[in-house]
Amino acid sequence: MYDMKALYQAKSVADAVALRLAHPQAQIIAGGSDVLVQMREGKRAGAELISIYGLDELRGVSMEADGTLRIGSLTSFSHITRDPLIQQYVNVLGEAVDQVGGPQIRNIGTIGGNTCNGVTSADSASTLFAYDAVVELTGPDGVRRLPIQEFYIKAGKVDIREGELQTAILISRESYENTFGHYIKYAMRNAMDIATLGTSVNVRLSADKRTVERARVAFGVAGPVPLRAETAERLAAGKTLSPDLADDFAAAVREDINPRDSWRAARDFRMHIAVESARRAFVEAVHLAGGEL
Amino acid sequence: MSKSVGKSVVRVDAYEKATGRAKYTDDLCDRSALVAKICHATIAHGFVTSIDTGEAEAIPGVVRVLTCFDAPDRPFPTAGHPWSTDPSHQDVADRLLLNRHVRYYGDEVAVVIAEDEIAAVQGVRALKVTYEELPFVLDVQKAMEPGAPQIHEEFPGNILAHTDIRRGDYQSAIQEPGLIKVEGWYDTPTVQHCHIENHGCFAYMEAGRVVVVSSTQIPHIVRRVVGQALGLPWGKVRLIKPYIGGGFGNKQDALYEPLCAWCSTMVGGRLVKLECTREETFVSNRVRHAIRTHIISWVRKDGTLAARKFEAFSNQGAYASHGHGVVAKGMGAFPQLYPCPNLECDCWSVFTNRPAAGAMRGYGIPQAMFAGECHIDDICAAIGMTPLEFRRKNLMPVGYTDAFSKNELYSDTFNQCMDKGMAAIDYARKYQVYQNQTGPVRRGVGMAVFWYNTAVWPISLESSSCRMVVNQDGSLQFQTGETEIGQGCDTAYSQMVADAVGVPLSDVHVVSTQDTDVTPYGTGAYASRQTYIGGFSIVQTAKALRERILAIAHEQTRMPVSNLDLVDGQIVRKSDGRILKSLGDLATESLYSLEHSQHITAETTAQIKSNAYSFGCSFAEVEVDIPMCKVKLLNIVNVHDCGTLINPALAEAQVHGGMSMAIGYGLSEELKFDEKTGKPLNNNLLDYKLSTFMDHPTLQAEFVENAEPTSPYGTKALGEPPACSGAPAIRNAIFQATGVAFDRCPITPHVLYRGFKEAGLITD
Repeated sequence: MYDMKALYQAKSVADAVALRLAHPQAQIIAGGSDVLVQMREGKRAGAELISIYGLDELRGVSMEADGTLRIGSLTSFSHITRDPLIQQYVNVLGEAVDQVGGPQIRNIGTIGGNTCNGVTSADSASTLFAYDAVVELTGPDGVRRLPIQEFYIKAGKVDIREGELQTAILISRESYENTFGHYIKYAMRNAMDIATLGTSVNVRLSADKRTVERARVAFGVAGPVPLRAETAERLAAGKTLSPDLADDFAAAVREDINPRDSWRAARDFRMHIAVESARRAFVEAVHLAGGEL
Repeated sequence: MSKSVGKSVVRVDAYEKATGRAKYTDDLCDRSALVAKICHATIAHGFVTSIDTGEAEAIPGVVRVLTCFDAPDRPFPTAGHPWSTDPSHQDVADRLLLNRHVRYYGDEVAVVIAEDEIAAVQGVRALKVTYEELPFVLDVQKAMEPGAPQIHEEFPGNILAHTDIRRGDYQSAIQEPGLIKVEGWYDTPTVQHCHIENHGCFAYMEAGRVVVVSSTQIPHIVRRVVGQALGLPWGKVRLIKPYIGGGFGNKQDALYEPLCAWCSTMVGGRLVKLECTREETFVSNRVRHAIRTHIISWVRKDGTLAARKFEAFSNQGAYASHGHGVVAKGMGAFPQLYPCPNLECDCWSVFTNRPAAGAMRGYGIPQAMFAGECHIDDICAAIGMTPLEFRRKNLMPVGYTDAFSKNELYSDTFNQCMDKGMAAIDYARKYQVYQNQTGPVRRGVGMAVFWYNTAVWPISLESSSCRMVVNQDGSLQFQTGETEIGQGCDTAYSQMVADAVGVPLSDVHVVSTQDTDVTPYGTGAYASRQTYIGGFSIVQTAKALRERILAIAHEQTRMPVSNLDLVDGQIVRKSDGRILKSLGDLATESLYSLEHSQHITAETTAQIKSNAYSFGCSFAEVEVDIPMCKVKLLNIVNVHDCGTLINPALAEAQVHGGMSMAIGYGLSEELKFDEKTGKPLNNNLLDYKLSTFMDHPTLQAEFVENAEPTSPYGTKALGEPPACSGAPAIRNAIFQATGVAFDRCPITPHVLYRGFKEAGLITD
């Protein structure tokens, strides 16, 4: 039994926007794997809910005319992992979300919910940050697009305005083309866990596979929201591949991350794991891109 | 002769459980039930000064609010021990239904009874509880310091109990020249049972009596406790135990049955249901005692033990529950497992402001084996002996007999178990290959043994009662007070009954539910006693039933009893083997006879004044990724000598479950508390890292079958032993791989990080 004041089921995106305006206090619910848990805990007890779960128009992965990958916000984790477009162009995202919870959660949980929660530990978030993803929001004034870095305001808070709902996550061709990535979820067990640290690295190598054209690295749980380690990225750009490069790249992530001390993990431990994970994810991404260190 | 015992027959409850038809407590509760929800304290120590119930009572659907100021001042004990008629052996009665004196964060202070769960939860949230806060203490040794917060007035210094063992002369023995001193402190965590079905119960009044249906392991004991808590004659309480989704000892305590029963009496006997959430189960049921153990061994260069000191500090938490028995059992193993002539052993059970610790699978032995078996490998490192050689040299020898329990080691069990385990994991070769590794990723193998007492005699009563009733078709029902809690005793008992009576297994129907109105007395499922203890009453009752049947057969066939037998459901004339009639024909004729009608039944009580040692070992192989602070368990094998196997498939399953528990104990599970507030931090299945299927390698179970001579079926403990030696085997494997002797479990990545940093294996 859930302590629910009302449930409004949206019939279309436009209907969802109208319901949002009519019930400004209401909480959007998609798969429910977070919202229902919070209600049970009492945090959202007595809430009004707007369910968008029936909106199939927000489900699925497609490619737009300009080559942009479009992931509907209601696309489930298991769908993303098995999607051919994802596997071809951003396989690391499918691998990352395949590490969320267990099979049941991956079937019900959505990428929109994962990002709208605004939590730093979301398994999709670091990879989306590392790919400069763009968040699409639809509201009474139409569609608004903003970089995912701007979407996250602070821990637990994202930029969704009155009447809006997130409708898609976009990754541009420029971002994914000829780019290979690897994600390392560091957790206390091998399933059913929340990330102690999430590390997503992707690289684009030169045609001769000897030089890093571009490297990007993003972390979850290295700060209050997911973040990029730009010092390391600048350090690697244009450099010739070598074992030392991986070590230098990894060491440089210390400049930009700021994990906290909590009962879940100590700051120095997270720093250590971040460096080691960055190194390993970089090495793996280079290998995937056809390079040798 | 044996037809059913020894075979891997399918569980008698398999179909019901696999299809979801089996009825558990909540399935049996009528939808009209009122729902009770508990208001738990949000301070670790202090007094409730007032509870404003006004707002809660105004919520639609709230029927009644009961607070600690309404509860009777009638302390009761909760431990699932047999009652003792000797007051000095009775469990400590330190519980009230609701508490003004809050002793841990989560203590019960009030309860809201409502028409449905939502109203009850809203009611609890609307209660305004004010407290007078007192200082609190979470650490077991800090609780023993002068000036520590006092948790129970009757127990100064917070010491519930202290016991000791002295052998020889420790102080003189350590003067021997050339001894090597090996000293260690070992910490084990607070963990929770995490059975699938949370504890729940419902209660109602009928004909002036209180009926409670509960997810418990110990229906007859809980009936007594409900009577004590409510001030009712025990016969005014009826306790029913349906199928339960596991217990592992948590439900070997009266949990919320007394409170639920009281709630029903306070709303005119209406049906009231009280179900724990997982969060409540973690904090407000029972936990395993966290025990800190200090061991000093004085060892000769040849690997013999000159003298040993053992001190164990057991974190009892806020209430006595099973009390001192747990750490005392652990200490009791110490002088026996590696006999040594000079010993000083002490153990303390100490109250702290943590959740109450009670029974949990292994009852002090997983803690004692972690400390003891880690220490053995520490000794080996200190004196340059291999872990295997030291154990072969020092473990309890064949013929060893414990003076108190009269338990005897009859066979060369330890060596047989170790040989089998070594072969299973290719130990000897790997031990050599993994010596002195370098590099970031290393492997190791480790081993540990365990000691276990099957039942509770002579510390407590051991008795079992059984009833058998024959049907017209020659099939029969049987009942015992011992309970099916998922471990499979209904199946093992059915096999025993079939063979002991002389009927096919298909003609044996177990009455799985215990109902104290009709089930013969038995103390329930605990220790590792069920198969051992139940065997006695089954054999004895079957004998009585057979005598009855053969006497009737004599009446019906005119053959002398001495020439009759019951074999496979047929009355047989022994002299020529001719089948005279079926048991069904006999029973039908007996029941409907116009001359001498009688139904065929037997019921006996067996008191058991013996006990049995159960032994075995674990071998583990790990891969340690030092920079990532990760342990991957590559292989693990448990070898058990639990006597003759009754049902090999069930035995293997029992071992798998225990091994899983040991893996979590060794590597990931720990209930954590906020040092500043005493609040539990991770009382849910996300943050409490119960090991998952993905964290296990293939679990390997092996057996050595030395028939136990005191048991009619040659059987002895297997319920708890599988959880006892896995964690130290894993620790010792990590030790071999890295050279770092971790002194605590669980050995989580956080612990590995600190250990590797200290050892210089990680330099940030």
